[in-house]
Amino acid sequence: MMLQAEKLSVRFGGLAAVDEVSLAVPAGKIVALIGPNGAGKTTVFNLISGFIRPDQGRVLFDGRDITGISPHEACRLGMARTFQIVQPFGAQSVRENIAVGAHLRHRSRAEALRAAEAVAQRVGLAAQLGKLAANLTVAGRKRLELARALATQPKLLLLDEVLAGLNPREIDEVLPVIRGIRDGGVTVLMVEHVLRAVMNLSDEAWVLSNGRLIAHGTPREVTSDPAVVEAYLGQGTAARMKATYA
Amino acid sequence: MFGIAVALLPAVSSSGVVLNTAIMMLYTALLGLAWNILAGFGGQFSFGHAVFFGTGAYAAAVLQAKLGWNAWATLPAALALGAAVGAFIGALSFRYGLRGSYFALVTLAFAELFRILANNVDFTGAGVGIMVKLDAGAENFQFSTKAGYLYVVLAFVLAALLVCWWLKNSRYGAWLQAVRDNEDSAKAVGVNVFRVKLGAIALSGALMAAGGVFYAQYFQYVDPGLAYGPGVSIEALLGPIIGGLGTLWGPVLGAVLLQLLGEGTRGLFENAPGLSLMVYGALLVLMVTFMPSGVLGAFRRR
Repeated sequence: MMLQAEKLSVRFGGLAAVDEVSLAVPAGKIVALIGPNGAGKTTVFNLISGFIRPDQGRVLFDGRDITGISPHEACRLGMARTFQIVQPFGAQSVRENIAVGAHLRHRSRAEALRAAEAVAQRVGLAAQLGKLAANLTVAGRKRLELARALATQPKLLLLDEVLAGLNPREIDEVLPVIRGIRDGGVTVLMVEHVLRAVMNLSDEAWVLSNGRLIAHGTPREVTSDPAVVEAYLGQGTAARMKATYA
Repeated sequence: MFGIAVALLPAVSSSGVVLNTAIMMLYTALLGLAWNILAGFGGQFSFGHAVFFGTGAYAAAVLQAKLGWNAWATLPAALALGAAVGAFIGALSFRYGLRGSYFALVTLAFAELFRILANNVDFTGAGVGIMVKLDAGAENFQFSTKAGYLYVVLAFVLAALLVCWWLKNSRYGAWLQAVRDNEDSAKAVGVNVFRVKLGAIALSGALMAAGGVFYAQYFQYVDPGLAYGPGVSIEALLGPIIGGLGTLWGPVLGAVLLQLLGEGTRGLFENAPGLSLMVYGALLVLMVTFMPSGVLGAFRRR
């Protein structure tokens, strides 16, 4: 297993944002974490990547207990993440942005800049290397998030809604990029709302609702699970749909 | 090229006024370059850089006057003390995630604290201040001509420019600017944000202390208000803001403009005391309003 979460819990005030979540991500796969808005998906990411310390539970990364380590240490060990709300270094060019990630493995400035260009090639940003990050389109910024994380040469990549805000054509362009990352030997855990992408890309899916895991399986299995349908569409929907379409 | 041009100045003019203006420009540029490392490259705005300046100035004065050190020997000690004070303030404020105006207030508070301390402690000469013994000679960091001081402050400025150039072209500099632009993103790509900020404030503090040492040697007198007063803190931040934050030449350009502006308004309104300061202030407001990213920022491509 590349990543294992064991009974992760965190409370914000009185609210159990994440409640005893245990999940596993096998090496070399694309695994999706899905669920309705407010289910706690991003919080799970924050717990795994060290941005929030869990109240309870453990995170095992590549067999090693990394519970409560800081984000930069997690990254050093080979876990990189992107943010749902893109956070570019706006005052810097695309090349410089990606180079910051590349510097984790390259001390020399020239090498980091070269590595940045190679990564830009992989995610389709090669034509925009000289542009200021602040001047990129939404789709460009999403690619930049991806590139910056990739430049740290991770073993595990956590993608937080990299497809949100993209139009269908842009999504179709990014799907092969993500598949290419997996085929390059990087394990991917993605939070995603675009169901078409989940069905298309992921080998496995975990479903989160109200801070708890409610289903696990192949994308096809979880989307036909009545509990999942109800979590998205409301209580009793599964039964009604069955009655209507039977 | 800039260095050669300035170094040739004494050959062109031996006028005390011209050389003094050039020295004050370079001295202000040095303070600006120091401040710019933390604020322009690191995004941490300090309102109390006098705390490092004063520490450098007092280190030079006290070590010479009370302990009989050679003036040049006080320089490394002052740099180390400036860095140490920086690391101390940085460790306290960055450990608890202070940013923006909170960080600015903490630095201001520290400068005031040091000023009050210097005012009340014997070994700094308390409120009377402390004199550096007059003993002209290059070996004592005292020069009988202005040209000597000009060369020294020029060397300091060139060293500071070299540090800033390194920040523009190194891994550490890339990390520092990443922290400035977005701390969370920096963390996510493996940057140890706390340590990077700590390094920046220590570096900035050391350079600012060098400014303090120069001040002590040039004016040969230090007192709490001069060393730790808010005047120096403002002098350090105006240049980079006018010239261009986070740029290599912004602080130098800003220092030159400010000095010309100051001299110009003083000359124009000689007969109306106070008016020159009002005009000076109004011009500053106009510059910041119409060139919010500084003169260099306004002429930047991209």
